[in-house]
Amino acid sequence: MSSLNRKLIQNLAETISKQVKHFNKTEVECLIRLFNGLMGDVAASGRAVHGLDRGRFRSILHNTFGMTDDMLMDGVFRAFDKDNDSFVSVREWTEGLSVFLRGTLAEKIKYCFDVYDLNGDGFISREEMFHMLKNSLIRQLTEEDPDEGIKDLVEITVKKMDHDHDGRLSFIDFEKAVKEENLLLEAFGTCLPDAKSILVFEQQAFQDPSER
Amino acid sequence: MGASLTRAAQWTTASSGSTGKLEITPINESLLKDILHFVEQFGLRHPQEAAHVFEEPLQWTCTLVASDFNTDYDISHADVRSQENDGKGHPLLRLSPPTVAVGSFSQLSKLVQLAGDRGLTEVVACLEGMKLKAEGPEQAQDSEVKVQLFLLLQQLDNQLIKVGVRPWAVKNEVELLKGFCSEGNKRVLKSVRYTSDYEFSNGCRSPPWRQVHGEICYLVVEPCDKDPLHVTCSKAGVFLNQGLKQAAETEDIYTKTSDTYADLSMLLKSRSPHFAENFNIQERLPSTQKVQHVEPVGAEEQGQPQRSCKHQEKNAPKMARRQEHAVNTTSSKKKLEPSLKWKNLGLTAPFDEAEQKKPSKGSGKGRAGETQEKMLRSESKRKANFSLASLPAHQSSQRSKTEELFSESSSESEEDEEQPDRRPKSNMDLPSEYWQIQKLVKYLKRGDQTATVIALCCMMDFNLAQETCQMAIRDVGGLEVLINLLDTEEIRCQIGSLKILRKISQNSQIRRAIADLGGLQTMVKILDSPVVELKALAAETIANVARFRRARRTVRQYGGIKRLVELLDCAPDAATLSEEQEKEVEAARCGALALWSCSKSTRNKEAIRQAGGVPLLARLLKSPHENLLIPVVGTLQECASEGSYRVAIHSEGMVKDLVTNLNRDNEELQMHCASAIFKCAEEKQTRDLVRQYQGLKPLVSLLSKADNKQLLAATTGAIWKCSISIENVAKFQEYQTLDILVGLLTDQPEEVLVNVVGALGECAQGAANRVTIRKSGGIQPLVNLLTGTNQALLVNVTRAVGACAADLDTMAIIDKLDGVRLLWSLLKNPGVEVQASAAWAICPCIQNTKYAGEMVRSFVGGMELIVNLLKSTNKEVLASACAAITKIAIDKENLAVITDYGVVPMLANLTNTTDDRLRRHLAEAIAGCCMWVSNIESFGEVRAVAPLVRYLKSQDRAVHRATAEALFQLSKSPNNCITMHESGVVKPLLVMIGSTDDVLQEAAAGCLGNIRRLFLAYDKARYG
Repeated sequence: MSSLNRKLIQNLAETISKQVKHFNKTEVECLIRLFNGLMGDVAASGRAVHGLDRGRFRSILHNTFGMTDDMLMDGVFRAFDKDNDSFVSVREWTEGLSVFLRGTLAEKIKYCFDVYDLNGDGFISREEMFHMLKNSLIRQLTEEDPDEGIKDLVEITVKKMDHDHDGRLSFIDFEKAVKEENLLLEAFGTCLPDAKSILVFEQQAFQDPSER
Repeated sequence: MGASLTRAAQWTTASSGSTGKLEITPINESLLKDILHFVEQFGLRHPQEAAHVFEEPLQWTCTLVASDFNTDYDISHADVRSQENDGKGHPLLRLSPPTVAVGSFSQLSKLVQLAGDRGLTEVVACLEGMKLKAEGPEQAQDSEVKVQLFLLLQQLDNQLIKVGVRPWAVKNEVELLKGFCSEGNKRVLKSVRYTSDYEFSNGCRSPPWRQVHGEICYLVVEPCDKDPLHVTCSKAGVFLNQGLKQAAETEDIYTKTSDTYADLSMLLKSRSPHFAENFNIQERLPSTQKVQHVEPVGAEEQGQPQRSCKHQEKNAPKMARRQEHAVNTTSSKKKLEPSLKWKNLGLTAPFDEAEQKKPSKGSGKGRAGETQEKMLRSESKRKANFSLASLPAHQSSQRSKTEELFSESSSESEEDEEQPDRRPKSNMDLPSEYWQIQKLVKYLKRGDQTATVIALCCMMDFNLAQETCQMAIRDVGGLEVLINLLDTEEIRCQIGSLKILRKISQNSQIRRAIADLGGLQTMVKILDSPVVELKALAAETIANVARFRRARRTVRQYGGIKRLVELLDCAPDAATLSEEQEKEVEAARCGALALWSCSKSTRNKEAIRQAGGVPLLARLLKSPHENLLIPVVGTLQECASEGSYRVAIHSEGMVKDLVTNLNRDNEELQMHCASAIFKCAEEKQTRDLVRQYQGLKPLVSLLSKADNKQLLAATTGAIWKCSISIENVAKFQEYQTLDILVGLLTDQPEEVLVNVVGALGECAQGAANRVTIRKSGGIQPLVNLLTGTNQALLVNVTRAVGACAADLDTMAIIDKLDGVRLLWSLLKNPGVEVQASAAWAICPCIQNTKYAGEMVRSFVGGMELIVNLLKSTNKEVLASACAAITKIAIDKENLAVITDYGVVPMLANLTNTTDDRLRRHLAEAIAGCCMWVSNIESFGEVRAVAPLVRYLKSQDRAVHRATAEALFQLSKSPNNCITMHESGVVKPLLVMIGSTDDVLQEAAAGCLGNIRRLFLAYDKARYG
């Protein structure tokens, strides 16, 4: 069983590593093992599974990468789950992590845009921004309209990033703004891991299997 | 004495570098004054004991010179020996500069009296000498006299020792520290308490069986940043003990576990960095009050030590209290003299007011409104820094005075310390940016990192180079928020904040505000970050902020220099770089920029060198990237004002790279390279290297870029310094540089003119060049420049004119242009360098003018002016005046005039000099003045002869020659011959007859001949 299993994993790693940019074959193999480990108990229960479901994926984001915002975690899940089947398959897992951990700026811009495009219509609208930013200011009791600050923040963001003046951010707008000022990559909330947690994750995931 | 002082006085610790230097602190100062007083009076009060000879003389490096001693001493050359000697014929005082050895108290006290004002310095030096030997005169103790002396010293010891730790002193210090505990956020310590509440009548709190060990009390001190410290205060000093917890109820609790410190605060400073940092701040502010308060009270206070200063005790700094302390304990009645340093702070406001004003002063520039002040209060961790800042911010005029006292020299003129604080008068004329920025700052304050980053990015879109935006950010309290963001862990917020700070710190008021808010400290910390981009931004901002002296000092004090130097460590050699390397090169560029700013302070230059910056700069100098090269060369040229760097620049092979970069087509880079060569070419090796690497030609070709004045100044400077080497002058001749330089004599700014004229002056040392300068019409503009006022320019112009005057035809032109009169009038210039240079220039003028005698006479009061220069204290002026007198004396009539002005006694007054250059010209002048026959006798009468004989012992051949000539002239008088003979002139002259120098030989022989003839005549007359 285990030798057969290893063979399977190696074959899979072989094929995936040809399509994924930033990982070599051994690293892909490690990620597959990790994926299988995470899937472990579900697979054991015998049910037919397609991959990691939303809850499981979110718990990884939360525990390993310290993300807290529900909306953004859903967004990250959506960005990973390319075929929209509500499961992150092993292929989606490695492809997603490739950008998540080691992506180039262009890849990250695409990824972040996908995360922020809550309804997946190809635009980040004012409403979406409002949703994502609504907890970003400490509210003051004295304020008449508690949302006024957020609304204004959305306005200045649109003003800054909406280059074609259609009142919403297209991918082109977003890309242009981020290339002008890299700090705007995660403009609407943290959706990429920081250097430290990347380091920790990679250390754990890419340990030589023989050492485990 | 040595032993007790070691304890009582505060020696600097080994960590501060030198071993065994006395710190200049008030306690030491008063101790020293006591010792000085004691020593001074000793000879009079106890003559018998004073005469006792030490077993081993005291030795130290002395500032006194031979001329300071009076007739009780034999003076030969620089050496001085006392006539008083010990039984065995050794003099009791022996000065062979710079060391002096003293063998008894009587000599010691005489010496201190002779030293007068400098007595204190001498005592310090003497004590430092003693410290090294770790023993004083205590060794002497068998005979009765010795015992008596010993007792007297013991008495002084006891007197001094009293200044050590005593119970009430401990009590005062504890009270003082308790005061620091209560000040909320600003506090320096958490708590200070005694272990026992019971106080014995003698002021001690330790149990009696410990009191016999000299222990006074035990304390538990809780610093803010450390575990509680268990401290024993004893008469010998303050140290840590085991504490109750570790050693339950045994005698072990008293065991000493640390070094002994002079007082509590010194112990705490060494144990708690937080305390050390903040205590100094606290100490600075109120101390002025204290000192001024103590001053008038003076000795009266003796009886009631705490009477008048109780309410101030809480804040009164250690310093002031110690001074008072010293007054109380020492028996002398002298007045307390607070150090001027504090006086100059000039805080005259009543004490309480100063204390209350602090918070509002802390808010930086006054009336930015209540909201701002509120916000400041919330930012508690910055409080301590505010209190540091408050004084300078409020009283910048005083600050600038004190800064001069405290801080290091700066090679560049300081930017304006006080700038008018421009701000809109009312809300009516506030621009719209103001409101927008205020809104963004609000989001910065209230937002999480996402909102913060958005607000930061929007803020970047404003024109941050514009003053309205800069002031708006400051006025709405944005600076505080931006600086606080630097303290967060959020890299994106830090980057965003730095991107704004880097731009707005172009404004000098913002720079000061950033420094006042402690921004520099945080940015220095960021330099340790692993994120290269962040480091680069921090360095670039530091580069902007560190444009004024206090900021530069802060950067150094917080270890910034070392970290900035580390940024330079990258490998930029490759022409094409990876993204990562590019970032590193950018960081190196920013690091170099920051070092460039910092290197304007002398101490920072030294710090850069110590941090290993020189080899790194040398490596970066080979980089192909121009934008990196500019700050690197900028730093180097700034640092090249230090000799150590100049040596390093040629030893590390940087001259070649400087020359290479001179050839790049970037004027700024060329300017810095030329300026570096300008400064480095003081060294001969560098000048030679510049020539070897073909650097002279590019320099000359840069002269064509006459529009860029800065570049022109640097280039002409480099040419000037390079032309000090004759080989380089030959090259310049080849490149026809002189014509170009002459062309630059008109319509140029002074900094260019100084260098051009300097270069011409150097070149004109060669005869051919003098002709070239004349032919290309350089004399007229040069003579015109003699009417200027710039000192540096005048020194160079006079030198150049003097050099040109060596050429007869040129001299004719100078004379025609009335140049000699102009030179002569420069003798009245207040600058001694100008005086000397003008006097030197006059010499060839007199020599090469046909009717020089008449010309000189035509200058009304001219000769009197020259003779009066002999009253100068500057050796160069004296030497040049002597040289000019020699030339004037050639004309008999003029010699008669200067004789009437009393030139003879004035020259005689100078004969005791030890400076060979002056000796030579002085001897020549004396020889010249002897042409007026009656002067020969006069020189003898004013005792000029014997000192001249001593010149023959000099090592300088030119001195021998001039002296022999003078002696030959003087030997025409029999009385002088006798004096010479008595002074032992025969032997050295006999040796000189054998010299290969004809003039010397002849003069020596002539002189001996005269002496011989006199004696023959005498014999003849006597024995007939």
